[in-house]
Amino acid sequence: MSELRFTVEHEWLRAESDGSVTVGITEFAQQALGDVVYVQLPELRAYAVGAEVSVVESVKAASSINMPLAGTVLEANLLLAEAPERANEAPLGEGWFFRFRPDDASAMADLLDQAAYDQLIANQG
Amino acid sequence: MVEVLKHTPLHALHLELGARMVPFAGYEMPVQYPLGVMKEHLHTRAQAGLFDVSHMGQVRLRGPQAAAALETLVPVDIVELPVGLQRYALFTGEQGGILDDLMVARLADDELLLVVNAACKDADLAHLQAHLAGQCGIEALFESRALLALQGPAAAAVLQRLAPQVGSMTFMQVATVVLGGQPCYVSRSGYSGEDGFEISLPASEAEAFARRLLAEPEVAMVGLGARDSLRLEAGLCLYGHDMGADTTPVEANLAWAISKVRRQGGAREGGFPGAQVIFDQQRSGAERKRVGLLPQERTPVREGAEITDAQGHVVGHVCSGGFGPTLGGPVAMGYVAAHLSAVGTPLYATVRGKQVPLLVAKMPFVTPRYHRG
Repeated sequence: MSELRFTVEHEWLRAESDGSVTVGITEFAQQALGDVVYVQLPELRAYAVGAEVSVVESVKAASSINMPLAGTVLEANLLLAEAPERANEAPLGEGWFFRFRPDDASAMADLLDQAAYDQLIANQG
Repeated sequence: MVEVLKHTPLHALHLELGARMVPFAGYEMPVQYPLGVMKEHLHTRAQAGLFDVSHMGQVRLRGPQAAAALETLVPVDIVELPVGLQRYALFTGEQGGILDDLMVARLADDELLLVVNAACKDADLAHLQAHLAGQCGIEALFESRALLALQGPAAAAVLQRLAPQVGSMTFMQVATVVLGGQPCYVSRSGYSGEDGFEISLPASEAEAFARRLLAEPEVAMVGLGARDSLRLEAGLCLYGHDMGADTTPVEANLAWAISKVRRQGGAREGGFPGAQVIFDQQRSGAERKRVGLLPQERTPVREGAEITDAQGHVVGHVCSGGFGPTLGGPVAMGYVAAHLSAVGTPLYATVRGKQVPLLVAKMPFVTPRYHRG
């Protein structure tokens, strides 16, 4: 398991050993969203960077999950369709959203590392 | 321009309890506490939720003509409202639209207490002053009194510990009760579909009293988020969303609130703004109606979504929608063409470009547990 990378939209990314990247939402994001009641999962296809791949409906509102890097979605976490609350309970574990193959794996390095992300949320908190 | 938000007397307590504060109707209000909307909702249905609704407007009308005067603005029987009861009412406009909904409590023969919506309270006060000045005393209690709601199956047991006499009250009864040495107006009512009470008390006493209630093991503070999902499951209207100046009581499915004596053929027929429009609609039917809607998929269907028929023709819109924690699924209300308003009618809502199937459903969605005695 490699270290996590982050986006300013509060997604985390983890490079897997097979070259794919797993994406989820951060602890900060799940707290801000409130209770998640529905997750519209991505389709298994190519998306441009920034494209809306998923929608999270909380008790309060709907929020988009946008593609952190250009790539092709390989797998969506079907558990979230049945148990959307896992996104609140285990955002870094069972509540992951999807796994994709980035067009350019080196682009991961441009995303925030843990220290930079911690700084970001410290400023937002 | 920076809007300066007003605070209720419990503002400091909300912050101390870790509430997430949001602007609402000119006030900074708690949308949720650390428990979260879902658990706050379920706690209210299981035990007792305490709500700060001090942003709502309280107005006292006084004088021997107060009830008769108020009847000129609402299609409701106020003259024969017994002392110790409250009634749901609507301010109607000249076109039959709803200017606000309110509770009217008869505290004494010559004294009424009105509770109106926060967003409407200044306009309501101006409306009362414009039409009733000279007929009765009109006293706005906006700053001087707080309003707390204690809702849920444990509400009565909790409040009885502080004021034993509330145990004998039934739904919609009102009593003046001394709590903490101060006269409070307590009504057995609320906005959650549960048994419970609304307590009007001096602003200066509100925080101490809220802390006293929170010390009871059954009581948790509940924010506006869960207040909304609770009232939606109970099928209760939210002013400005589920009805407003552009909807009549008939369209809003609130014709039940028009008292028999004020209807066409009643002893005090009409005499409120828009009576003719409303009577005409009651006779010939409205073109659209507010209905309950149950989405048939898990995705919540929210306010503003278009409602279509199977052919894709727009036949209405969603006015309130979200997730019902007690139902365990999405729930909504909407306005639809009258011929599509029968329970069981299949319709669709457009959500992010997709058609989500809906069924017109009976309201309330969750069986109310009002204490009717």
